[in-house]
Amino acid sequence: MAKIGIPRTLAYFSYYPFWETFFSQLGHEVVVSSPTSKAILDKGVKEAVNDACIPIKIYHGHVADLAGRVDFIFCPRMVSVRKYGDFGTETFCPKFLGLPDMVRLSMSELPPIIDVRVDLKQGRKAMDQVCQEIGRLLGNPEKEVESAQKKATAVQKKYDRLLQQEILPDEAMTMALTPGATPQSSQPVQPDLKIAVLGYPYTIYDHYLNVGLLSILRKENVKVYTQDMLRNKTMNKYGQTLPKNMFWYYSNRAVNATLYYLDRPDIDGIIHVTAFACGPDSMVDRLMEIETHRRSKLPFLSVAIDEHTAETGVRTRVEAFLDMLRYRRESL
Amino acid sequence: MKVSFPHMGYSPIAFKWLLENIGHECIMPPEPSKKTLDLGVRYSPEFACIPFKILTGTYLEVVEAGAELILTSGGMGPCRAGYYWVMHQYLLEELGKDVKVMAFELPLCDLKDFWKKLRYLRKTGGVSAKEFVEKVKITWEKIKAIDDLEIRSHELRPLETKRGETTRKLDLALDMVDQANTSEQIEDARQEGLKLLNAMTLDKSRNPLKVGIIGEIYVVLEPAANHYLQIMLGEMGVQTDRSIYLSSYTRKNTIVNLEGDIFKMAQPYLNEAPIGGHGVNSIGETVLYAKHGFDGVVQLAPFACIPEIVAKSIIPSVSRDLDIPVLTMFIDEQTGKAGVQTRLEAFVDLMEYKREKKFSKEESLVI
Repeated sequence: MAKIGIPRTLAYFSYYPFWETFFSQLGHEVVVSSPTSKAILDKGVKEAVNDACIPIKIYHGHVADLAGRVDFIFCPRMVSVRKYGDFGTETFCPKFLGLPDMVRLSMSELPPIIDVRVDLKQGRKAMDQVCQEIGRLLGNPEKEVESAQKKATAVQKKYDRLLQQEILPDEAMTMALTPGATPQSSQPVQPDLKIAVLGYPYTIYDHYLNVGLLSILRKENVKVYTQDMLRNKTMNKYGQTLPKNMFWYYSNRAVNATLYYLDRPDIDGIIHVTAFACGPDSMVDRLMEIETHRRSKLPFLSVAIDEHTAETGVRTRVEAFLDMLRYRRESL
Repeated sequence: MKVSFPHMGYSPIAFKWLLENIGHECIMPPEPSKKTLDLGVRYSPEFACIPFKILTGTYLEVVEAGAELILTSGGMGPCRAGYYWVMHQYLLEELGKDVKVMAFELPLCDLKDFWKKLRYLRKTGGVSAKEFVEKVKITWEKIKAIDDLEIRSHELRPLETKRGETTRKLDLALDMVDQANTSEQIEDARQEGLKLLNAMTLDKSRNPLKVGIIGEIYVVLEPAANHYLQIMLGEMGVQTDRSIYLSSYTRKNTIVNLEGDIFKMAQPYLNEAPIGGHGVNSIGETVLYAKHGFDGVVQLAPFACIPEIVAKSIIPSVSRDLDIPVLTMFIDEQTGKAGVQTRLEAFVDLMEYKREKKFSKEESLVI
């Protein structure tokens, strides 16, 4: 029985239900860091290397938030989750690849880090070894790990299905982890506008980082569509229309989803949420913008966020964008 | 066809020769200047790294000069550089430029595509396959000769007695390589060039500091991008060893190639390879330079370069463990020459002080 700390950022929004179920099935306690806040951001800025992008700094802050409260910090080395791209070499952003080492070497007084390497290029079977490795580290017998993994996979599937029903991760996560919960979404039933909000899960769904973008949209009666609400198959089909796929998992999802939403007649506009100094996004953002203009007449808004982004700034821009969309609809 | 390519260090000499000798007209890319950078910054995405911006500028300049085809390299990621050509094609099209960007992906990844593009180049130039192979071989000889001369110049510059003489002699030597047309002529030019460099009046009594230069390939190889850092260091009396040369892969005598697997060297610090670009190399090379008794290491990287940021966060630990000072410089369009110089001077002072301290300690031990 150990306390496992999971930082509430980066891959958390994609895979938390799996790990939460897995660890609690094995009899361990999962501690999630507090939602991102000024304190966490400040800690992150202090600990992380100064040239890092804001999500990586926030990750450091979350780790600092957990340190001292847990026995282990769960920071897997996310290498890849599928074979994709022109040469089948898709990985996560290089910063994900070096993340456990970055954290270990730039922060002091940390509990041991569980840095298993998740590389599923050769197929999903590789996940069994990842789970067993964690089991060995925590002293759980093989059989227990197997059944925990099975249960966790089922919960993760349920979570992914809920996302595909156009439910946002916050609610989907609670529903997936509470047995017997009925799906219900806080998204507007009769939306005034439908907007595709694209970007990385950790920029779109982190309310602090994007200064409440999603709640601003909800208040304006806007239904939000993200890349996580689509099936991989649908997105990959659109990916084939590009001269070359990108090398990064989350970027490919964002770009391919953009191309898909451009084809959907009921979408009113596209918002790209990007973090300051994000390497891949320097390409992703311009590519999205150019493709949006080439393939459709949809308006495109790029929201860049950094440690100094203020709520009013984002609100003003989003409201102006929405006004423009409404005006445009009337004039069409 | 009018063909061009990115400017990288002294290599255009060789690539120009290749293009002209396989039947194309070469639009020589100008050395990146203020104008290049201004153009690049204006039309590139804001957070794109500096090599991307310089290339955008260069491409716009060569298109202005009439280039119809731009040759460049591809990549398999996860460094952004592998996606440059796609973005550049998009950007140039958006600007209404009628030019094709052709990228050679790694033959390891897509051999068929690689051959297809070579074939295209050969056919449009109108030379036979045999001739083509021969010209490529001679080009390779040129690249090696250029690198040999450059390496020698960095060794000798800190010993020169007339400031700037090495640079002048190197230019003469490179001109000779530029004029050479056969393997024999290139070999002659190489020998003559080396002789020219060796014949300078040198002050052999000096014991220059030794510094390793590591980091991202473009800012390391292109002096205009790093404000002629190696020359600057040389004129401050520092001997530099660069981790990357275009001909590195075939070299046996450089420090980086001496010890086998560079990834193994980095493993105690970064247990994952590759992470794109030269990220892991930078860590491994710092270890190597420390082992070879270098006085310090300068890490060069473009602002927001993903792999080098990972490396930067890890290098302080290497530096502490192996007691080697490392100066990291992130270069962007705002970086000024005076800024680079000031930081280098301070770094050199620090290394000199460190060396003195070490010597005085050793002396006191002898007594």
